[in-house]
Amino acid sequence: MTTKFQAALDRVTRVRGVRGAMLVASEDGLVVAESLMEGVRGNAVAALAASLAKRFHRASETAACGVPEFLHLQASQGSLLATPAPSGMLLVVVAEADINVGLARLEMRKAGEAVA
Amino acid sequence: MTQTRAVEPWTLEPLQRFVAEAAARLALLTTTSGQVIAQHGFTRAVDVMSAAALGAAIAASTSEITRMLQEPAFRALSHQGQSHGIFLAHFETPRGPMLALVVYGGDSSIGLVQLFFEQFARDLAAACPTPEPAKPVLAADFERDLNESLAALFGR
Repeated sequence: MTTKFQAALDRVTRVRGVRGAMLVASEDGLVVAESLMEGVRGNAVAALAASLAKRFHRASETAACGVPEFLHLQASQGSLLATPAPSGMLLVVVAEADINVGLARLEMRKAGEAVA
Repeated sequence: MTQTRAVEPWTLEPLQRFVAEAAARLALLTTTSGQVIAQHGFTRAVDVMSAAALGAAIAASTSEITRMLQEPAFRALSHQGQSHGIFLAHFETPRGPMLALVVYGGDSSIGLVQLFFEQFARDLAAACPTPEPAKPVLAADFERDLNESLAALFGR
C-alpha cells in the first residue's frame, strides 16, 4: 500500500516546480504519505491544507456549487494545490509560483486514480 | 461568552493563542497530579475538577503501561469521537511536567491541534517564570489555595 502511495506521489513530484506532494487524511489533517523537499514542514502543511479544504467544502456546498474538485491557492512565493483522493484522503501539492497548474492538476488526478 | 482563565497568569496568553489557533472548544492545563493551572471553555467548577482528575488518571495509567512496556515516557494520546475529539498530552516546563487536555469539534482536527500544541508547549516553557523553592504544605494553606484557584478559574 505504501509503495502504491509513494509511486503516486513520485508521479506528481516529477512535474517541474513541484516542491512536495502529500496524501493527507482529510478529516484528521494528518500525513498518510509524503514526498517533500527539505524545508517544507509536512505536518503543518497537511493540517492547515486539510482545514482549508474542509472550509472550502462547506463554502462550496453552501453556495450550491457542489463538492470542490480542485483548490489552487496562489501566494506571492508559491502555490498550494489540493484535490480530493479516494478513501477520505486529500492530495496536497506545494509548488513554485510559476508551476504549470494544468499539468500538475492532470498528474494529481492520475495520482488520485492510482491510489484508489 | 466563553472565557479563558488561569490560576498562573503566565499561562493565560499562550493558552488563549492556542485555543484560538487550534479552534479548541475546551482546554485544561493541569499538573500531572490534576491540579488545575488554567482552563478555557468550562462553565462549572465541578466539570473542571472532574476533567482534571480524569485527565490525570488517564495520563497516570498510560505512563504505567509505557513503563511496563519499557517504552519512553507517554507524550500524547488522542481519541476521535463522532462529533468531538479529545487530545491529552504530557509536556515539560521549567515548573515541572504538565498535562493539557483539549476537546475539539468538527471545525478543527487532530492535525491542527497537534500542530499548534507544539507551539503552545514552547510558548509555555518560554513564559514560565523561575521556579520558587518548595514551601511546606499546610492544611489551612491547601484550602485557601484551592479557594483562590477556583476564584481565579471562575471569577467567583
